[in-house]
Amino acid sequence: MIEHLPAVMIAIPLFGAFVAPLFKKKQNIAAVWAILITAVTVGLSLLLMYQVRLNGVIVYVFGADRPTLVLPSGYKVPIRIMFEIDGIGAFMAISATLMSFIGALYSYSHVKAESGLEKYYALLLLLEVGILGMVLTGDLFNLFVFLEIAGIAGSALVGFRNYRGEASEAGIKYLIVSAVASLMVLFAVGILYGEYGNLNLAYISKHISFNTLDMIAFGLLFTSFAMKCGSVPMHYWVPDAYTEVPAGINPILLVSTYASLYALFRVSFTLFANISISLARVGWIMSVLGVLTMFIGVTMALVQKDVKRLMSYHAISQTGYMLLGVGVGLTVLHDPKALAEFGKTAMAGGIFHIINHIIYKSLLLMAAGALFYVTGTRNLNEMGGLARKMPITTLCFIVGAAAISGLPPFNGFASKFLIYESSYRLNPLLAVFAMVTSILTLASFVKVFASAFLGPPLEKFEEAKEVPKPMIVAMVILALLCILFGLFPDVVLDKLVYPAVDALIKVAQYQTWGGLA
Amino acid sequence: MIPRLVTGAGYWSPLLWLAFLILFTLIGYLIYSRGNPRYRKDTEQVKPYLSGNVEPSKEKIQVKAGDIYWGLVEALKDYYNVLQAIHTGDLRDYILWYLGVGTIILFLLVGGA
Repeated sequence: MIEHLPAVMIAIPLFGAFVAPLFKKKQNIAAVWAILITAVTVGLSLLLMYQVRLNGVIVYVFGADRPTLVLPSGYKVPIRIMFEIDGIGAFMAISATLMSFIGALYSYSHVKAESGLEKYYALLLLLEVGILGMVLTGDLFNLFVFLEIAGIAGSALVGFRNYRGEASEAGIKYLIVSAVASLMVLFAVGILYGEYGNLNLAYISKHISFNTLDMIAFGLLFTSFAMKCGSVPMHYWVPDAYTEVPAGINPILLVSTYASLYALFRVSFTLFANISISLARVGWIMSVLGVLTMFIGVTMALVQKDVKRLMSYHAISQTGYMLLGVGVGLTVLHDPKALAEFGKTAMAGGIFHIINHIIYKSLLLMAAGALFYVTGTRNLNEMGGLARKMPITTLCFIVGAAAISGLPPFNGFASKFLIYESSYRLNPLLAVFAMVTSILTLASFVKVFASAFLGPPLEKFEEAKEVPKPMIVAMVILALLCILFGLFPDVVLDKLVYPAVDALIKVAQYQTWGGLA
Repeated sequence: MIPRLVTGAGYWSPLLWLAFLILFTLIGYLIYSRGNPRYRKDTEQVKPYLSGNVEPSKEKIQVKAGDIYWGLVEALKDYYNVLQAIHTGDLRDYILWYLGVGTIILFLLVGGA
């Protein structure tokens, strides 16, 4: 059974998604069903990480006599659909499943009043399938297929509240942007397939010759994934989507965005890591995009009045830290001394920031969702004095805001600290931008806190009270994770982050199909 | 073993930091608890002095989100004018930015191949 774990990871949420519409008449059961399925996937992803730590890269071949049989008899190249799971794939799988569970739990109360919830939960589970497929696959075409699944499910969820014009508009925008990016990915995959007659990532990375055509494919993949992860100046779709999607979907939509970031890292490190001449150039492109992303994101957040839009711009800004951290590592990948001195730390910071950001940004977006649930508005100018009415939400918001601003001892500080100290070694200006961004982040969250929670209680919110328990539980779990990851960063780094960093750096390990070929 | 975050340039110990934070909070509380003993809550002594004017209702003097950082945004008006002008919300512009950035990246990559 354990050898089929990679396939089960996909099969269970897929089964859950197909069953969910059967609960059309009992939508509460659909919600419980989604919570159950996502909880099971959390357990499976932890087991997957354990297996990866125990046995190294896991290879799973669909349709083979044995799931580990990479090459059919008589063949010299892999032709089957393969999942190839290393440290970073397992790391992303844990992020995806955890956030799907939290999102489903929060949604139980948050969207209770909506109709069509059986479709909502089916789409939530499909989105999980899409993300898991993207991060587990070892095949370029499957990456495209799962990217499409995640894009379509995501856009349907963004436009879920279709009685709101803005939601439909955001959903269509997300769909088109996703489709354009996916088509370009398909085009790049076609180029590589035409050249090497194979779609297996490990195989292509072993045989790639880095000619002009390859570099065009790389450019297309790089730009498409950069757009899908919300890098400036291709970030415009992010505020639209994150603002309109129900708050329970925000966590998994965030992970979906970072699955594209994962794909960007995977392509840059695994497929193209051996282009020694221009790899530093690629790293610099990533780092500069990171700095632009963090700075423009945060300055745009500072002037927003819609609480979810403000937080969406912060999501863009925080992606910049991840791009910067991993970009610094990529820049010095072929310089063993610099890689050992600061490159690996920078990458650890960037990857640690992925999970940290997923946790605290989900928490903050859920707090924003709670504000909307209670007040019926997202406009900060119309809020005030809610701290006494919603004490737990307020506390959770404070934890999330402190974490995103990089205040110790919360989790955001731990990863940002690694990024500051290591990016400084490549170029001090990079660290300066990162720190200024953190200060501006804190400033804009002070604005949210002051206008929504502080101040005298407003008459119109006299009857306001704390949000229902499932929403509280979801927020409290995330707040606790913010504190735990901040107090024990070394544990997370050792168990989750450094295996992920090593997986990216040690290309040869990935190329050997887990030691089978 | 105290958890440490090793950065290459030094280390950070969150639990040690937390211990100091608790210690300083206790010291702060000790100083606070020895404050003015004549202070009485909900009496005339805590009311603001407004040169004899009537104190407006709290709801009227609430600082709105748009007012916070007004000065900063005003000082950076030129920067924000440019930034807000490019955030058009028009899907065609989204795609054009993608194509533009894609062209630059392709140029940088193919030029270096």
